[in-house]
Amino acid sequence: MADKRLRIIVAKPGLDGHDRGAKIIARALRDGGFEVIYTGLHQTPEMIAEAAVQEDADAVGLSVLSGAHMTLFPEVLRQLKQRGAGDVVVFGGGIIPDDDAVKLRERGVKQIFTPGASTEDIVKWVRENVPPRQ
Amino acid sequence: MGTKNKWLDSTYKQASERPVRFSTVSDMELDPLYTSADLDADAEERIGYPGEYPYTRGVYGSMYRGRLWTMRQFAGFGLAEDTNRRFHFLLSQGQDGLSTAFDMPTLMGYDADHERAVGEVGREGVSVSSIHDMMRLFDKIPLDKVTTSMTVNCSASILLAMYLVVAEKNGVPREKIGGTIQNDMLKEYIAQKEWICPPRPALRIVTDMIEFCAREAPRWHAVSISGYHIREAGSTAVQELAFTIADGICYVEEAVKRGLDVDDFAPRLSFFWNIHNDFLEEVAKLRAARRMWATIMKERFGAKNPRSLMLRTHAQTAGASLTAQQPLNNVVRVAIQALAGVMGGVQSLHTNSMDETLALPTEQAVMVALRTQQIIAEETGVTNTIDPMGGSYAVEALTDRMEHEAFDYIRRIDEIGGMIKAVETGYPQREIAEAAFHYQRQLEKDVKVVVGVNKYSVPEEIPIDTLRIDPAIEEKQVQRVRKLKRDRDSAAHKNALARVAAACRSGENLMEPICDAVRAEATVGEISDIFRTEFGVYTDPGWL
Repeated sequence: MADKRLRIIVAKPGLDGHDRGAKIIARALRDGGFEVIYTGLHQTPEMIAEAAVQEDADAVGLSVLSGAHMTLFPEVLRQLKQRGAGDVVVFGGGIIPDDDAVKLRERGVKQIFTPGASTEDIVKWVRENVPPRQ
Repeated sequence: MGTKNKWLDSTYKQASERPVRFSTVSDMELDPLYTSADLDADAEERIGYPGEYPYTRGVYGSMYRGRLWTMRQFAGFGLAEDTNRRFHFLLSQGQDGLSTAFDMPTLMGYDADHERAVGEVGREGVSVSSIHDMMRLFDKIPLDKVTTSMTVNCSASILLAMYLVVAEKNGVPREKIGGTIQNDMLKEYIAQKEWICPPRPALRIVTDMIEFCAREAPRWHAVSISGYHIREAGSTAVQELAFTIADGICYVEEAVKRGLDVDDFAPRLSFFWNIHNDFLEEVAKLRAARRMWATIMKERFGAKNPRSLMLRTHAQTAGASLTAQQPLNNVVRVAIQALAGVMGGVQSLHTNSMDETLALPTEQAVMVALRTQQIIAEETGVTNTIDPMGGSYAVEALTDRMEHEAFDYIRRIDEIGGMIKAVETGYPQREIAEAAFHYQRQLEKDVKVVVGVNKYSVPEEIPIDTLRIDPAIEEKQVQRVRKLKRDRDSAAHKNALARVAAACRSGENLMEPICDAVRAEATVGEISDIFRTEFGVYTDPGWL
């Protein structure tokens, strides 16, 4: 059990198609030893929460560059709770102003990474902050 | 090569060299020095003269001595009236042309009241759901005098129809409107990822628009073949060059298959390049692009009209090169990129604002970006002489090399069976993802440096003002769309949509039926739904 690899969903909620960051993060997490499922673009919060439950994920990483993060991040959290998966760690990144990042953390997003964050830091953060789900 | 090699083996070898990788931002390794020995034997002919085949030195005979480039700042946010105010401001500040940014729902073919639009209305661009929004957007703008660029792709046919109908209501006939609609669907599947239906029907709609504009709106550019997004997605400069030209080849092939004469539409094909940080590489890329296009149009497609051979282009400084850290530094990056664009001979230019990694730009940031272009045009003196980098051994050698490498990619795409096939199998998508990952690793290993990010970083960031979009505008726009849907003539609306559906099936050119639907107050979402029903929906294969 101790060796169980963490399962992470990397997801692109909303309509924007900027998937460069999401794909790089997905690859870096995979190289970092995690099991990664990339959802592809244009996912609804329901689709993401459903995928997290179906795939028995330990964490969900969201990437939003359209400015809709204040709507989409909390909705993913809500949809996860609704499915009894409120303990799945949600983190994310994108074009997110600092004060929005503060508000999102208050609402339950565990961490927000903004442009310039290194993949090494993100991999390290996941290793230290995502416990395997019971 | 005798002399250069001798110098390399003696003088250079004895000189010191910093322990860094001497390569472009695309990781193309460079020689310490270029000389006449690096140029091809027919270099003089290949370089040529401005305004003459193969147009390496510029498409026009007098270039900026005749006319400066068009300073065209991309703008759009909130409700149509908000963006209309920004348009009037930009025109009052000396900008010559308009460039419209639409919000994500409009770009993806959803109305503001659609459930998928929640949180996205007016955020990343202006929300346009109906002809009424379009009329507010261009209120008191003289459409026969100003040229307009519209950055929209999978819903482009609908937005172009709306623009034509707005012009018509203002007494400006179709043949008088000038401008560009991006409408480059191939690069959507490759890079920007905004789509409704699968590639083949999408290409049919694009070809309908090329055919329609050639016949009805001869001053309108029906496609802007775009490398910009390919580069932003993480490609190298050579990949940007190659995939964009290959996309252009595909559009020409489709239009010729439709029965059009190449010279009837090719003069109205235009391009859109990214201008990244690596100065010499970018100048060389623009010069190589012109020569490649001229050669392809002449030799591959047999074009006769010289205007068919000319690669005329818009360019935008690289959004992905800007940093959230120490954002004022972005002003410098943008200035250098803009200078590369001008040295590369672009016809129109957008300069990014320093705050765009944080949010949409403030009016003050946009002003600095526009002033950057004006300073280059009016103060630096680079406009006095044509193609001032031409004849530089380094630039000419790079131009040649990028052209050769890009042609290698194009040959590979031809072997796959053309760009539609290549896109369907994910070839360019994978190449780009690979390059993006390679660059990210170089950055994290400090092989490549971004000032303020992995070198010269400071613990405290300077806070700058950013533009906030009022969340209340979404509700207002949703109510407007709902009211329209209640109040319009439902029979006329239904008939018009049925005609669009029938044209989808029969193969009739879609543009007139879409114009009728727009007049009957059909919305972006409703017409896109016809495409969804008739042509199917494309979903992201999610390739990593």
